[in-house]
Amino acid sequence: MHKTLNPENTIKGVLLLFGITAILILSLIVIFLFNEGLPLFQYIGVSDFLLGDKWVPEKDLYGTFPFIISTIFVILGALLIAIPLGISCAVFLAEIAPRRARELVRPAIELLAGIPSIIYGLFALVVIVDLIKISFNLANGETILAGSIILAVMILPIVISISQDSIEAVPGTYREGSYAMGATDWQTISRVVVPAARRGIIASIILGCGRAIGETMAIALVIGNAEKLPLSLLDSGETLTTAILLEMGEAVIGSLHYNALFCLGIIPFIIVLFLSIISSRLISKSVTRFE
Amino acid sequence: MMKIDEVIVFLLVGIALFSGCVKDEGEEGLAIAGSTTVQPIVTRAVEVYTQNNPDMKIGVQGGGSGTGIRMVGEGSVNIGASSRELSEDELLKHPDLVVHPIAIDCITIIVHPSNPIEDLSIQQIRDIFTGKITNFREAGGPDREIVLVIREDGSGTRSTFEGIVMGDAEISNTALQKPASGAIRFTIARNENAIGYLGIGYLDETVKAISINGVSPSKENIRKGEYSISRKLYLITKEEPLGKTKEFIDFILSEDGQKIVEEEGFISVRQDA
Repeated sequence: MHKTLNPENTIKGVLLLFGITAILILSLIVIFLFNEGLPLFQYIGVSDFLLGDKWVPEKDLYGTFPFIISTIFVILGALLIAIPLGISCAVFLAEIAPRRARELVRPAIELLAGIPSIIYGLFALVVIVDLIKISFNLANGETILAGSIILAVMILPIVISISQDSIEAVPGTYREGSYAMGATDWQTISRVVVPAARRGIIASIILGCGRAIGETMAIALVIGNAEKLPLSLLDSGETLTTAILLEMGEAVIGSLHYNALFCLGIIPFIIVLFLSIISSRLISKSVTRFE
Repeated sequence: MMKIDEVIVFLLVGIALFSGCVKDEGEEGLAIAGSTTVQPIVTRAVEVYTQNNPDMKIGVQGGGSGTGIRMVGEGSVNIGASSRELSEDELLKHPDLVVHPIAIDCITIIVHPSNPIEDLSIQQIRDIFTGKITNFREAGGPDREIVLVIREDGSGTRSTFEGIVMGDAEISNTALQKPASGAIRFTIARNENAIGYLGIGYLDETVKAISINGVSPSKENIRKGEYSISRKLYLITKEEPLGKTKEFIDFILSEDGQKIVEEEGFISVRQDA
């Protein structure tokens, strides 16, 4: 008895160690982020930081409002494209597609998630940017819309696979009940199955949103990074993360500029933290509902 | 706590070790980091120098002028490369840094090759970049809305351009910002409405450099000091260079070294070149 227990405990101990390491790394990153960022607020007010509309490091002006709005625009644009596309695709895969189509499409979508973001960015830079410039007759195609389109493609795999899983998790009895009432296929899908899976679908959107906020490389290539406040999706903009990417290499370490760039990182960090808490609650609830 | 660039250096050192290209602080090797404008000169110089001195191992990284100055100040590299002079903050933090001018860089104003505009005055360039002029028509060009393309905050090329051309005037915030000179050239080569600036070393046939106040950015004009937007490029050491560091800097300043400077599209600092 004793002999069989020992290796098990060792493995448990090792796994625990790995688990703790992950948490340790996370907390070190958080401490580092705040430690390097917060000194900014000894010199700059929080409201000047969040609501100021001028970012001029040489003059110690660190207003992030245009970055925040650009970030919101890019993400809203991406969601506007990805939500209808992603949910319809998930419904198709889960409810309508024949098995062979499903076996073909699902791996293809999962492959999309494996493409490095710089490749998406390059593709968008040489194809989508020019396409937008020509089709909207703009002087410049490097717009928030270009960023939104490429982000939409990048978050589609998340939206589709989690939505599909949650639609498939709806018990067959729901569908049978609906058909028994004389409902058509479409009525069953739109009135019964999708509403029943809504928690999982919402969670997939929130997770996609979290991915979108953190995405940097692909967007930096195509949105132009102009520091002005964008007024539409056809304006150029600079998001929180692309500002960090662009300026970190040149910021003097320990300077206000350096601190301000870390503060730019704190904003998406807090947003993503909340989004993951919400989505993990939604997912766990949607699982227990059907059990 | 480890600073982020220390982590980067740590990783780079790791990579260097695994690729068999040993970066060593001691007698064996040199590490150089900094401005991406200076990097092509240094990389080529290292190639030629190590051909003649096969025992010498020299690692070259980019990172930007700020990073180069920081790293040489902290002693994590032997030589920093910078496309600007040291800022007051940097001098205060690392008073023992010594700068060595190794080349003259010249910033050209570039447009799409299809743009018929040939010449602008400094005042016109300033008005274009502040956003006062928004169409090439107002500067004697075709009827095209102007798209500004600039480097990011903190870039050496940008601070040189701002210092020489803009003075106290602020660049319009509608300008597209690019993290590298190559990215500026790429953007302007693809957009007939774009105007931007570029170090002369990055100039190629995909974009068109215009003349300023009637002076074209030819080598002759730059050396004579007639072309108005030019700057010096520096290598930076902690205290006066000794040993291998000195030998390498002397090599770049030698006739052979300055030939490399010219080959890379910059202007030699030697009067006789």
